[in-house]
Amino acid sequence: MPQYPNRQFLEFEQPIKELYEQIEATKKLAEKNPKVDYSNTIQQLYASIDEKRKEITTSLSPWQRVQLSRHPDRPYTLKYIDKMCTNFIELHGDRNVKDDKAMVGGFAMMDGETVMIIGQQKGINTKARQLRNFGMANPEGYRKALRLMKLAEKFNKAVISLIDTPGAFPGLEAEERGQGEAIARNIYEMIRLKVPVICCIIGEGASGGAFGIGVGDRTLMMENTWYTVISPESCSSILWRSWDKKEVAAEQLKLTATDMKGFGLVDEIVYEPDGGAHWDYDDAALRLKKSILQALHEVKDVDPLERVNQRIEKYGKMGFWEEVPANSLV
Amino acid sequence: MKKEHTEDIESRLTGEDVKPAEQEVQEEKRSWFKRKRQGILTSTADKKEFPEGLWNKCPSCNHICTTQELKAALFVCPSCNYHHRIGSKEYFEILFDKNEYTPLFDEIKSKDQLGFTDLKNYQKRLDEIHAKTDLKDSMRVAVGKVHGQEIVVACMDFEFIGGSLGSVMGEKFSRAVDYCIQHKLPYMVISKSGGARMMESAFSLMQLAKTSGKLAQLSDAKLPYISMLTDPTFGGISASFGMLGDLNIAEPGALIGFAGPRVIKEATKKDLPPGFQKSEFLLEHGFLDFIVDRKQLKEKIAQLVTLFQH
Ligand SMILES: [Zn+2]
Repeated sequence: MPQYPNRQFLEFEQPIKELYEQIEATKKLAEKNPKVDYSNTIQQLYASIDEKRKEITTSLSPWQRVQLSRHPDRPYTLKYIDKMCTNFIELHGDRNVKDDKAMVGGFAMMDGETVMIIGQQKGINTKARQLRNFGMANPEGYRKALRLMKLAEKFNKAVISLIDTPGAFPGLEAEERGQGEAIARNIYEMIRLKVPVICCIIGEGASGGAFGIGVGDRTLMMENTWYTVISPESCSSILWRSWDKKEVAAEQLKLTATDMKGFGLVDEIVYEPDGGAHWDYDDAALRLKKSILQALHEVKDVDPLERVNQRIEKYGKMGFWEEVPANSLV
Repeated sequence: MKKEHTEDIESRLTGEDVKPAEQEVQEEKRSWFKRKRQGILTSTADKKEFPEGLWNKCPSCNHICTTQELKAALFVCPSCNYHHRIGSKEYFEILFDKNEYTPLFDEIKSKDQLGFTDLKNYQKRLDEIHAKTDLKDSMRVAVGKVHGQEIVVACMDFEFIGGSLGSVMGEKFSRAVDYCIQHKLPYMVISKSGGARMMESAFSLMQLAKTSGKLAQLSDAKLPYISMLTDPTFGGISASFGMLGDLNIAEPGALIGFAGPRVIKEATKKDLPPGFQKSEFLLEHGFLDFIVDRKQLKEKIAQLVTLFQH
């Protein structure tokens, strides 16, 4: 992960930036006055940074959580694969149109077992962000993911899906090639995939674009991520008819990991290092890996047909309504 | 002359209705004559209700006819074949023999579990809509006969929060599939929706998997599923059961897509080509089996059911 001064700071992370600046200033002071011992001061400042990191993540608003999920220093799919797996071989292409760089995947070894690991990939710098289309896949991305999942099914390997997207790409060609159909097909095929599927929200879980690789036996959600049917910005623009209500929209949508766990729509929250996953990639990946392995362990021994039935049942229970006797309605 | 205009489909998902239909049509009539005098002809948004005895103007060709005439033509413009937007009541009447059918799962109603408040509280919004219309939600299910052959039809109502997909639609859809399996009947869904219902947040999103799971069961039971897409069908519908038919069919000229035209324009900063996201465009790109004129709909469905069953 980037070290100071290459770190990027969100607005509510500014106090941490100030502490780093104090450290830099103290270090310069130490150079000028070699006779004075500043090591204690510097140590205290580092301790304050640790404190601040802890403090920040305990009191975030839903909107700040959304901001954190988009933190430019946050680890993305390939980073997690690198940290959690060995022997990763990336596989490319949907065998039809092209290779979508916003979606990656391939075989890898995790804790001694081969898995198929897929996910949306965001770019780590300006050039890469363009290449990865900001993590917004086209239909061929979803079809590549499906091809890899079917490959996993054929060879009886579990599927791990890492979700991080601001949405499926809303483009002319995406529509021409059937963005809706691609996502629909994935959801349909994932619910009846015979091998275990573990889905993890590692960043942004935006609507159909996320859900297109998001149907499985277990869904894990990292602490500083969001997952719902629309981005707070778009929700604000449609329902409030203004782009300025994103904070309120984020609150109303109840899109945080805590909310989603409370609703029973995700199975587990994966807690992140203090301050967020971007503070410690190794630790973040270790925590995620532990949860994935635990989830895999829970579902791996189920008979394949029973697994599919359980999945259909699980999603079948999701929703809320009231039933009124038919005769009371006229 | 036909006109292309980018409709803001998402705005219908707010649940804020346009003015009462009657007032709108009359205003429309007045303004139309006024505009005609000025030589400016613009189509308006009245596509949803057709009060008796009033005049209706075709949004596509400006042809004017009475509601009775339009109804007799199954709400298809006699002049240019534009398919006006209609609801479940009209589709059931078109499809079912003698307009006889049994409504199913009417007892399921939406509620505001999340306490969602945008410009209005969701529960309040629901209560107000329930007070105004007979519709209980954005989808109605019925079983009846089409030329003597029994079929289950689930049909959306665009006027109920833009035909949005929420928990109730997901549950009705699921029970309809169970009913089909239990009675060995074909299933037809008529979609007309702006997408998922935002006021139910992630619960709406989960309906995509819930309905897909039921379709997997319907498929295992070897029962046909016909998905008919009408104007407009977007978002969560096209990203789930809308596109998953054994047969996907559509009405002529219907706007169908994943992202709405306004969203695509904003994201790509490009003008949309003529005919983009129309059913003819989808047919050309391989996503539809055929386009069916409303006047042939009943005939075609009966024909299909016969083919599946013999
Ligand atoms: Zn016309």
